Amino acid sequence: MAEHTFSNFETTHTHSSGLRSIATDFSSDRSAFKNVSWGKAMMWIFLLSDTFVFSSFLIAYMTARMSTTVPWPNASEVFALTIGGATLPLILIAIMTFVLISSSGTMAMAVNCAYRRDRRKTAALMLLTALLGATFVGMQAFEWTKLIHEGVRPWTNPWGAAQFGSTFFMITGFHGTHVTFGVIFLLIIARKVWRGDFDHERKGFFTSRKGNYEAVEIMGLYWHFVDLVWVFIFAFFYLW
Amino acid sequence: MVDVPLGHIGPAHAADVDDVELYHPHSWVTKYVFSQDAKIIAIQYSATALTVGLIALVLSWLMRLQLGFPGVFSFIDANAYYQFITMHGMMMVVYVLTALFLGGFGNYLIPLMVGARDMVFPYVNMVSFWVYLLAVLILVASFFAPGGPTGAGWTLYPPQAILSGTPGGQDWGIILMLVSLIVFIIGFTMGGLNYVVTVLQARARGMTLMRMPLTVWGIFTASFMALLAFPALFVGSVMMLFDRTLGTSFFMPAIVEMGQTLDRSGGSPILFQHLFWFFGHPEVYIVALPAFGIVSDLISTHARRNIFGYRMMVWALLAIGALSFIVWAHHMYVSGMNPYFGFFFATTTLIIAIPTAIKVYNWVLTLWRGDIHLTVPMLFALAFIVTFVNGGLTGLFLGNVVVDVPLSDTMFVVAHFHMVMGVAPILVIFGAIYHWYPKITGRMLNDPLGKLHFWVTFLGAYAIFFPMHYLGLMGVPRRYHEIGEMAFVPASAHTLNAFITIVALIVGAVQLIFVFNLFWSLRYGRPSGGNPWRATTLEWQTPETPPPHGNWGAKLPVVYRWAYDYSVPGAVEDFLPQNQPSAQPASGTIHG
Repeated sequence: MAEHTFSNFETTHTHSSGLRSIATDFSSDRSAFKNVSWGKAMMWIFLLSDTFVFSSFLIAYMTARMSTTVPWPNASEVFALTIGGATLPLILIAIMTFVLISSSGTMAMAVNCAYRRDRRKTAALMLLTALLGATFVGMQAFEWTKLIHEGVRPWTNPWGAAQFGSTFFMITGFHGTHVTFGVIFLLIIARKVWRGDFDHERKGFFTSRKGNYEAVEIMGLYWHFVDLVWVFIFAFFYLW
Repeated sequence: MVDVPLGHIGPAHAADVDDVELYHPHSWVTKYVFSQDAKIIAIQYSATALTVGLIALVLSWLMRLQLGFPGVFSFIDANAYYQFITMHGMMMVVYVLTALFLGGFGNYLIPLMVGARDMVFPYVNMVSFWVYLLAVLILVASFFAPGGPTGAGWTLYPPQAILSGTPGGQDWGIILMLVSLIVFIIGFTMGGLNYVVTVLQARARGMTLMRMPLTVWGIFTASFMALLAFPALFVGSVMMLFDRTLGTSFFMPAIVEMGQTLDRSGGSPILFQHLFWFFGHPEVYIVALPAFGIVSDLISTHARRNIFGYRMMVWALLAIGALSFIVWAHHMYVSGMNPYFGFFFATTTLIIAIPTAIKVYNWVLTLWRGDIHLTVPMLFALAFIVTFVNGGLTGLFLGNVVVDVPLSDTMFVVAHFHMVMGVAPILVIFGAIYHWYPKITGRMLNDPLGKLHFWVTFLGAYAIFFPMHYLGLMGVPRRYHEIGEMAFVPASAHTLNAFITIVALIVGAVQLIFVFNLFWSLRYGRPSGGNPWRATTLEWQTPETPPPHGNWGAKLPVVYRWAYDYSVPGAVEDFLPQNQPSAQPASGTIHG
């Protein structure tokens, strides 16, 4: 029953592909996702869980919107800005979306540089990503301020169903919190990159685990997820 | 010879057995208080959960005193009664059972059973416990808040949950409850991610998924489900918190309270019910699946018999886990849904009976012709099977819309879910504690005390909950502070209620024997040795008992077989540990 029945996993799995290779990986020992670090696996599963959070928020919003008996405010009018005499619907949201999607681009470039162990470029691109993220949150704060001045509250608004304000503040607020946390962690990891923690495998202050450039990629997973969620919020809340 | 399902296992490379980076504690505080060792965290989780359990037990006493002897205890007025019922339910379901199975047993058993040194992220794991403790403290604080804890019922249905007619509705009670739930979910997520990733990514060499003990499968599946189910409760809690504190109307329709029209409109109370039960039903299986897994291992070990149909047991666990996400609205047959929904949810609900029945048959077939040792863990395991079948059968009644409608909101429902997700998992928890206590402490729990504890608990639970079915069929409603003079309730129902109360007091008191046993055996228990039950799984093969930080000493274990090689012909002993290469061990390596 012992060693003679073993076949070397490392050589067998490279020859298989598709579903078969998934089955091979899952029936192997040690790890189900080969070459996936613990941290990356954990982030993916966390994002799956967080997907359920945002899905619940969005489905709750859709239920409220569909079941309300009073009219729902028209998003293209509510979220319009008058710039130079011209009323542009959703202009701020468009810029915010552009900024956030751009930050995904700079994040991807940062991950690329991290794998080339380019300390300076990685840190600079992460700082740029954080800056774009902070810009997004800043514009969101501007949008909130504008709506609050126009009389929108979580419990009421001048144009229709009270749930409009409730869901708006709740969902954009929850997403904005995610972006804010993302910015904070971008700054923390950018500092570590800049300091060379990942080059010297410096041990973490809390965890005493060795630093690794993979942290940049894991950070990137989170950041792209937050961007992706925004696309759904944009589609379901602003465009509907 | 036993046919071991072999995966693809490579020979040992020197690089494969490298040590993981563990945080090595430098002081007493980092070793025992802010510990990153999953085993210490497990004990912290378990001790906290058992303490909450004792509080919830006392609350159930107070409820029973009122039901058994209405009017005798003047301090239990209607408000207090609803507060007791609410806190008892929420504490038991979330803060005791979930925390104990996943945070307690999950933390202790997963790394040991899969042959890891610790959870993958010990620091996050530690934070998970402290956040859980914070959630517990917030919850308990509501007892001392103005207005007392919430009395909204453990399901917290709006709109009543946040109106002034409900205790705590316009005071601190409901706020503290919702905040506590939100904090709990954050804390659980940190732990749950650890449990899932450890099982997926940090197993020992040779430990394929299909060689894992069913305990690990049960806890793993339940943790994964919890990561997908708790978000719905999180969202529901956040929204209701806003309804209560900010005056939003997510769940509040236009409503008149005490003759006053409230400034609310357009919300949907049913939406909360959907969110709650999308969490709530998987939650039943989050509690049940670890129990299924643990009981499989207890039965196999104490009947000296390999588990029957191991692969089917695994697939049944996964099938139950998946199906449990599409049955939630069977809790809402009387809530006002489209009737076709009822049809759909009744069908999916009854389909769950198939994988569940597979498991029950396999347990019984495992016992068949087994060498059954009636040890205390085995007694609890056998009691679980009987109790779970009983509770499951009444579930078939309640899963059908037409049968559920008259039985809904009667004591029948109370009896059903207490049998199936109250008594049954608690029996497994007791059995598991008696089973693994020797590994945790190095000493056996006292056997006569354990048997006394078992028989009173087991028979007492039946004396409490069997009559409740009967009360329910007579139409005695649940969640009533006082039945009073209802024409259809005969006087005998009151006698029965008094009987139930007396038994409940006795059963509750006997739990103190168990607590005493836990502490007494710590010092005076018989030394157990490393593997008192002669079990195959890895946690019994550690070089030291109790296992030290890092679990395995210098060398990580290598797994050669599944977890159920009991009564093996030709073996020196009647079992083969998972880390033993061949049936004939080399001299001097007999495990014991």
